[in-house]
Amino acid sequence: MPAGTLYRGREGMWSWVAHRVTGVLIFFFLFVHVLDTALVRVSPEAYDKVVATYKTPIVALLEYGLVAAILFHALNGLRVIAVDFWSKGPRYQKQMLWTVVGVWVVLMAGAIYPVLGHAARVLFGS
Amino acid sequence: MATPVLDKVEAEASASPYITVTFRIRRFNPEVSAEAVWEDFQLEIDPKERVLDGLHKIKWDLDGTLTFRRSCAHGICGSDAMRINGRNRLACKTLIKDLNPEKPITVEPIKGLTVLKDLVVDMEPFFQAYRDVMPFLITKETNEPTRERLQSAEDRARFDDTTKCILCAACTSSCPVFWNDGQYFGPAAIVNAHRFIFDSRDEAGEQRLEILNDRDGVWRCRTTFNCTDACPRGIEVTKAIAEVKKALITRRF
Repeated sequence: MPAGTLYRGREGMWSWVAHRVTGVLIFFFLFVHVLDTALVRVSPEAYDKVVATYKTPIVALLEYGLVAAILFHALNGLRVIAVDFWSKGPRYQKQMLWTVVGVWVVLMAGAIYPVLGHAARVLFGS
Repeated sequence: MATPVLDKVEAEASASPYITVTFRIRRFNPEVSAEAVWEDFQLEIDPKERVLDGLHKIKWDLDGTLTFRRSCAHGICGSDAMRINGRNRLACKTLIKDLNPEKPITVEPIKGLTVLKDLVVDMEPFFQAYRDVMPFLITKETNEPTRERLQSAEDRARFDDTTKCILCAACTSSCPVFWNDGQYFGPAAIVNAHRFIFDSRDEAGEQRLEILNDRDGVWRCRTTFNCTDACPRGIEVTKAIAEVKKALITRRF
């Protein structure tokens, strides 16, 4: 074990790591999203063909992941703003993080049917 | 009247407070190898002793080549910040019993600064950032004062938290931004700037804010709170940094 150990940071550090990871994932999505939307100006038929390939259960699962990433990034972003601008923010950062996680779980549960409902009907029949 | 006799000696000997603990220390000696290696030491130690006592036992009884810094050994000089079980702490303020002595206790040098030998790092970049924020009183009146500079209790309380810094570098070397780019001023320098920016007697707050408005200044803070968690003096470091950020936006301090 030649390598040093991982720094054992607490909630603040891991929320930052998650914020970074979700931010990079959202960037990659936006990159693809700009490309496929720009395709409509090249050829509407090609655009339809590409978007048709998105209507598969695997892409639905990826979309659910996208919802997860965006929700966390947005909610934690509000927490970071509060840390910087609310004078009591730094003291309540942990409570705010757990609030973010709580709201995220509720919204993710609510997003199951709208996002994955179609894929479930395709996979298991209606 | 008979003199009381000590007959508890045997009982005390059987109830020895000592336990066997493994210290897993990250060793580095540039004269031997360019690679750092982990080395284990077994020692008998009272769980109420500190990690620093363990390091002393190793250096004095087992391996005299073990190198680390320590001066006062009581949490004031700030010499013995190191990474113990993955977190920055002062070896002289960390008790063995608070660390789960069942498992090996890992001791590493603090991150982000060049390791010179074993647990000793080059602190120069850290102190350079400290000097860069001008951590001394500056007044526009350059004549020698004829009386004290008075200050109300409220004005003194404004920066009380940041006067506690002992410059141990536990905060700066716990910061992921500092690990990736040593050009960042780091939490400790900002804390010491905060101590003067919010001091009603000081008149160079504007200059210090300008220094910290730099590309490598306060705006690189990502509020990971590692510094606040690591500070052995309990300074709310992230809060102090946020206050400097706010002062930069509003120019009110």
